[in-house]
Amino acid sequence: MLQISDLNVYYGESHILRDVDMHIPEGQMICLIGRNGVGKTTLLKTIMGLIKPRRGSVDFLDRPINHLSPDKRARMGIGYVPQGREVIPRLTVKENLIIGLEALDNPPKNQEIPEEIFELFPVLKTMLWRMGGDLSGGQQQQLAIARALMGKPKLLVLDEPTEGIQPSVILDIEAAIKKVVKATGISVLLVEQHLHFVRQADWYYAMQKGGIVASGATSELSQDVIQQFLAV
Amino acid sequence: MLIVQGLLEGLFNGLSIGAVLLVAALGLAIVFGLMGVINMAHGEFMMLGAYTTFIVQNVFKTFGSPWSETYIIFALPVAFLLTAGFGILLERGVIRYLYGRPLETLLATWGVSLILQQFVRSVNWVLAIAIVIFSALFFGGLWFIAKRADYDRIKTLVWTIMLPLSAAISGAIGFVLAQTFKLTVTKPWFGAQNVDVTAPAWLRGGVRVFGTFQIPYARLFIIILTAACMAGIYLFLQKSKWGLRIRSVTQNRTMSSCLGIPTQQVDSLTFALGSGLAGIAGCAISLLGSVGPNTGQNYVVDTFMVVVVGGVGKLAGSVVAAIAIGTVNYFVGSGTIALLVQPIKPLADFFTFFATASMAKVMVFFLIISFLQFRPGGIFPQKGRTVDA
Repeated sequence: MLQISDLNVYYGESHILRDVDMHIPEGQMICLIGRNGVGKTTLLKTIMGLIKPRRGSVDFLDRPINHLSPDKRARMGIGYVPQGREVIPRLTVKENLIIGLEALDNPPKNQEIPEEIFELFPVLKTMLWRMGGDLSGGQQQQLAIARALMGKPKLLVLDEPTEGIQPSVILDIEAAIKKVVKATGISVLLVEQHLHFVRQADWYYAMQKGGIVASGATSELSQDVIQQFLAV
Repeated sequence: MLIVQGLLEGLFNGLSIGAVLLVAALGLAIVFGLMGVINMAHGEFMMLGAYTTFIVQNVFKTFGSPWSETYIIFALPVAFLLTAGFGILLERGVIRYLYGRPLETLLATWGVSLILQQFVRSVNWVLAIAIVIFSALFFGGLWFIAKRADYDRIKTLVWTIMLPLSAAISGAIGFVLAQTFKLTVTKPWFGAQNVDVTAPAWLRGGVRVFGTFQIPYARLFIIILTAACMAGIYLFLQKSKWGLRIRSVTQNRTMSSCLGIPTQQVDSLTFALGSGLAGIAGCAISLLGSVGPNTGQNYVVDTFMVVVVGGVGKLAGSVVAAIAIGTVNYFVGSGTIALLVQPIKPLADFFTFFATASMAKVMVFFLIISFLQFRPGGIFPQKGRTVDA
């Protein structure tokens, strides 16, 4: 579904991503692990088109998307939940969700929020008329994921969805994402430090110094690997 | 009784000055307030709107009555569309390369404002025809060649050939035209002098309220026009699909594009809307006095002032700021305050000193500067968790 080959990204003259190869098959949940500053977020931003690679290619649905702008990629079916949520602050929760419909080619005429969204994130239902920027961190995270799901993505890209969020909400988010994957069969690319969440994925890639240094099934994710790539 | 009448008169005049300020600032509230683009050419867009009104008036005069009395109704949409078109040109051609660089934007748009001022002074048939021919040759040629597969490779070559070639051809045609038809084509359309837009008969005069106090119809028209524009913008931004997109992009451009919003189209549309409103403002101010190439300059400072005092990014703030500034300006300038404090001699002298149009402005500016010391965010600053982010 998503194929990344030989990707090299620079910020100015500093080499951030080195020869990254990655494959995300259809219907699978892939987890990207690694310590802070190894280039995980940069990789996701390159997939989304926010950063232009100097070399290498990104193919989505068997089409090269290197030259496409972020909005075209979103319309092709990549749903992005960035680090730090990026909820639009002075729009209501409902408007934030409706903005998520922009990724659809034929958005529904009546701008109602489908019930499935509230089943996944019940907390949003009571807050439809609040400003997005006034929600708490955990609520904003749920809103950001719900917003990405409104566009019915084929690939959901999540950048540290549990960062700075209380444990009970982490479990809610985890359950919601598992439920979505099961119900719709979409692929997920997840950047995560939270071990419990990492273990939900089918396959992991480990990054170090801008390159992929290990990969395998998460069922085989041993304590050694975790020690090597996640422990501080 | 006299004081009540004076107060009412002051309120109405303040409201009407405020309405002029507001209609002029509305477009800027969108371009500067929402998009954050410092457009120094905003006043020149108003000037273009005013000249458009002048042209529409002259065209409709030739149709005779009843058309010559209703031209203003038609001038409004024409001015809106024309300045919106200029706005799109400016955004596509200059401003989009300068997003996030306010100093360069300021300089570039100031340059554009000077170009536009000189343009209306010297535009004549030769210039207009030359520009049309140049655009047709150059951009038409580019459009044609850009369809070739190897366009990216030959781009520089195409530009170096096409640009001087189109310029030379259009220049030559212009020169030949000027030589053949002489004055009929080289005479400037407007020239450097001011031109006059005469308000239609039904906008002349006014309603007598009481005593000698009357409300001029032209002022009433501007107040109603401003209210209508406000309502239109509010509905557009809050209720329409594109309005939602505009609000989203102006708050978080990157994330909006990641969600699938075509941000470039939204930018063009937002800028076009703001510029179009400047055109409508130009229509309105053409009713108040004569129109010249410098008309825009008289307003651009005031409009920035209104947006900043009201709170950048807040339409409601601009409304309050415009009316407040208008009212204070009138009360000080007309000497009403000096009359009120007459019993206290030094105060009365003080306010009499400021009771002229230009000195009133000095005082208003002084008040605004002191106000911004205490409330740098304006009357309605942005609130909430996200302010610092």
